[in-house]
Order: sequence, then structure tokens, then C-alpha cells
Amino acid sequence: MEKLAINIAGIDLKNPVMTASGTFGAGREYSEFVDLSQLGAVVTKGVSLEAWEGNPTPRIAETYGGMLNAIGLQNPGVDVFIERDLPYLQKYDTRVIVNVCGKTVEEYLGVVERLADTTVDMLEINVSCPNVKEGALAFGQNAESLFYVTSQIAAVARQPVIIKLSPNVTDITEMAKAAEAGGASAISLINTLIGMKIDIHRRTFALANRTGGLSGPAIRPVAVRMVYQAAQAVRIPIIGMGGIICADDAIEFIFAGATAIAVGTMNFTNPAITTEIITGISDYLDKHDIADITALRLALNH
Amino acid sequence: MVKMKTKGIVVSQEKLTDDVYSLWLSAAVAESAQAGQFIGIYPRNEATLLPRPLSICEVSDDRRQLRLVYRVVGQGTTEFTTYKVGDIVSFLGILGNGFPLDESELSQKQVFLVGGGIGIAPLVELAKTLPLKVQADAKDNTACSLDIFLGYRNQQTFLTNELKNYGNIHIATDDGSIGIHGSVIDAIEAQRAKAKLPDLIYACGPLPMLQAVKEYGERENIKIYLSLEERMACGIGACLGCVCKTKERDYHTGVYNTRICTEGPVYEAGRVIL
Repeated sequence: MEKLAINIAGIDLKNPVMTASGTFGAGREYSEFVDLSQLGAVVTKGVSLEAWEGNPTPRIAETYGGMLNAIGLQNPGVDVFIERDLPYLQKYDTRVIVNVCGKTVEEYLGVVERLADTTVDMLEINVSCPNVKEGALAFGQNAESLFYVTSQIAAVARQPVIIKLSPNVTDITEMAKAAEAGGASAISLINTLIGMKIDIHRRTFALANRTGGLSGPAIRPVAVRMVYQAAQAVRIPIIGMGGIICADDAIEFIFAGATAIAVGTMNFTNPAITTEIITGISDYLDKHDIADITALRLALNH
Repeated sequence: MVKMKTKGIVVSQEKLTDDVYSLWLSAAVAESAQAGQFIGIYPRNEATLLPRPLSICEVSDDRRQLRLVYRVVGQGTTEFTTYKVGDIVSFLGILGNGFPLDESELSQKQVFLVGGGIGIAPLVELAKTLPLKVQADAKDNTACSLDIFLGYRNQQTFLTNELKNYGNIHIATDDGSIGIHGSVIDAIEAQRAKAKLPDLIYACGPLPMLQAVKEYGERENIKIYLSLEERMACGIGACLGCVCKTKERDYHTGVYNTRICTEGPVYEAGRVIL
């Protein structure tokens, strides 16, 4: 399926379909449902320098056409990732993108340095998680901070750096430009939108963290708009995500300016959705007699 | 064991109380289902994205059908009540690990089953699976004796008929309309003068009940298996939504958290912090 092949920052991917960080573990849990070798890339759950416990429960609440989560980036830390999860992923013919999180610039750099000599293909820097108190989102909501952390990471990273942007900003183009100026090889967007749900019967917050990140098809129009705006503002490739539930949605993001796309919450509704979307994109290209998916990017009639 | 997204056909649906329903599904994966495991049913309403974790209440004798007894608590379970015979239901299963049935823990032992509310459901298949003295061969040296403690809100009980074949039933209700006025722990304490302490307890129910059972077990030095419940998204261990605090560092998560959907939902009480 050459027609689905894409390239991001010099890395060839067999197709543009990735998994959105945090919805796919480190791939293993989904390998019973999906042949991971069919995916363009597996993007891992956020990995930090030390193990993180995450937030209290409840961490999950369903909303209309979406869900809120406040996991709090629970993860076993980069050393366990390298020793246990990475060797497992390496058995598959797919690209591995590690989502990197930290509370300080030093922590981000620590993870990036540990991953430098591994076979990890790309790094996705999580400066946009709304569910941890320090770091993360603080870097992603201010253009100067984002430029700073991006440039620090880009200076030491051996792999291409993708900056994952938060939609919880006034102007997404400022953030996209700051990432590009800081040396990012690509950007990915959108992370979740900060939301809240109140249980009116128990008179309490549905999530122990009170607020959580909203994902799912409910947020897709916001994500499409932001990808389009970012595509007007920067030259680096964009990985588009936010509420993709089918191939048509994935293609919509490519028209909006994305080079690749990621599927997140829909994995919970259909664990095999990623491969179904790959097939659906291929069928669309055949139906419209398009030989190369990259021809669809921003190919809009005005 | 294989987990898959699969389909079942509704064989019957019965209303047991004002808000508790019983659904029998015909599904191939029933073959491998064990007491204490669960499935995640996907509602048809596309605005509801997440599978609803429902415990397996019973497996049919021919192992081709699953019985789910569920309480209506929201949009998803409200939709489930509309399912008619012949309807196709999409679900993820079989999920989680069942109740351990260790012969050395059961042989000639006094066992308590403790269920609260909808947590009573998985105790039916458990009772059916345990080697029981009251069943066929009373001389069987490997069999255990069973006392079953059931907590309900009020006189609207359910599954007591199914369970009474397997052991002595003791009921507690929040409003005192039948049985002991109080909790299942009150029922257990009331029974204490008449029966010897159990060697093993299996419990499933709301968190305050599980906390009380755990405390009781620790006080009396009784081994306990608890079946836990938590809000979950994926059901297969990826999202880390449904965790419970643990005493020791968890092997998989690398932190003091265990994934209820994957390492649970049943735990030896000493492993978890409720």
C-alpha cells in the first residue's frame, strides 16, 4: 500500500495512522485485537523519568459523545519502558513514538537522554496534559515557555521531536510557531480540552481530580479547526487528532492540513478501529483514483 | 485466554426489581467464562462510547449462554433494558480474572459468600462452581460448607432463590423490611453465636461493604477475596482508568496501583488498600 506511505522528519511510515498517547498503553494490551505491524506508528502512553502514581479514582467519566479522563500520567518510568515495553514493541514492523512527560525541563531532558541510544523512532513531548499540577500544561500554555522547553529538548534529542500542543490556549498558531521556532520537527494536536462533570444526584464531581481532559468525537470540530489554523502558521508536519472515529474523520484531518493522524478514544469503543481506519483510507483513495495520500493534504476547493 | 470484541444474542430479559434486570445472552465466549469475570457491553447509542462492565452472574449448563444481572444506573444500562429476545449485543469479553478456587483453601472449610446490592450477581456462578457439601455427595472430603450473606436496600431482593440451593442464606436490608436491619456485617455478627468463624470469605459489593468485610477479616484473621469495581474506559488494561491502591508495588504498573480490569477484579484483600 505505497499510496498510504508518508514521511515525517525523515522517518518513513507505511501509513498515516497512529495511536494517540494514553489510549493504547505501550501497544501490548491491544496486540490481541490489532496486528501492530499494520500501524503507521504506535505512540506510547506518557513516560516520565521516575514512576508516577497518577491521580485518585474515579479517573474516568463518560460525557455525551466523549469522555473525561484524569489519569494523571501514571506510568512506570523510562527505565521500565526501555527494559520491558520497548523490546516488546520492537517485535513489530511499526514505528515507535514515545510520549515524554515531565514536571521540570530537567525531567524532560532526562527522559530524552535515556531514550537517545534506543531504537525509538521519534519523541512526542507532552507539554499539554491537563491532569498534572506541575510542568506539562504549564509549558504548553505560554509561547515563551514552550519555545524554551522545545529548544532545550531539541538540542539534546537524537530523534525527531514532536511537540504535542494543548487546545487550552487562546491562539493555537502562537504555540505552533513557538514549537517550530524552538526546533520541533513536527507538532501533534490536539491534546484534550479541559472539562468538568458534576454528578447531580451525589452532588459531587464525577472525577476525583474535579477537572479532566475531554476527548472523543465531541471535540473533533475544535481539533479540525486548530489543525487547519496551525497548518497555515507553520511549515513542519502536523499529526492531527481529536475525536477520530472512522476513516472519513481521519481524511478530514488530512484535508485540514495534517500529514498523519492519531486515533485515541475510539480505541476504547472498538479495539480494532485503527486497522479499520487504515483500510477505509485506502478504499477512499482507490475510489477517488488518488495514487498518493499526501496529495490530499490541504487539497480543498475554495 | 482470548479477549475479543464479539456479539451475543439476547435469549431472555426479565425485570427482577424496580431497577434490577436479568439478561441471558447466547455467546460463544461463554464457554471460557469463570465466576468473577466480566464483560463490557457496548451500548448502541453512538453518544455513549465506553463499554459497560457487567459481572457474569451465571453461565448456562451447556456453557453457551451468559447471564448478566445489572442495575439501571445511567444511559447505557437504561438502553440495555430495552433489549428484546433475538437482539444482537456487542461486547468485549471475557475480561478480568475470576475468584480463585484453591482446593486447599476450600477443602472441608467453612466459606462465607458476602454480597451487597448488584455485587450479589457474580456470587451465583461462584456458588455453582464451589465444591459444596450440601450438593450431591455430602461425604466428599474436599467439599466446603457455605453461608451466604446478602445485603439489599429493602424488600426488593433478587437472586436469593438461585443462591438458597447452595447454602444458608442470611439477609440484611438497609431499611429493615426483611432480615436483619443493617448491613451484611451486622448479619455476620448476628450469626456468630450460632456458627463457627469462616475460613474463607468471598465478597462483592459497594466500597463501604468491602471495606467493612476487609476490616472484619483482618480482625478475625480470615482470608478474603474481594471483587472490586471502578469506572473504566478500555477494559483491557491500557487506559489506567480503573486502578486500586496496592500495598506492594505492582509488577505491571511499576507503582502502588493495580489495574482492576486486568489484574483484578478479584484480589486477596491484603493486597489492596480500599
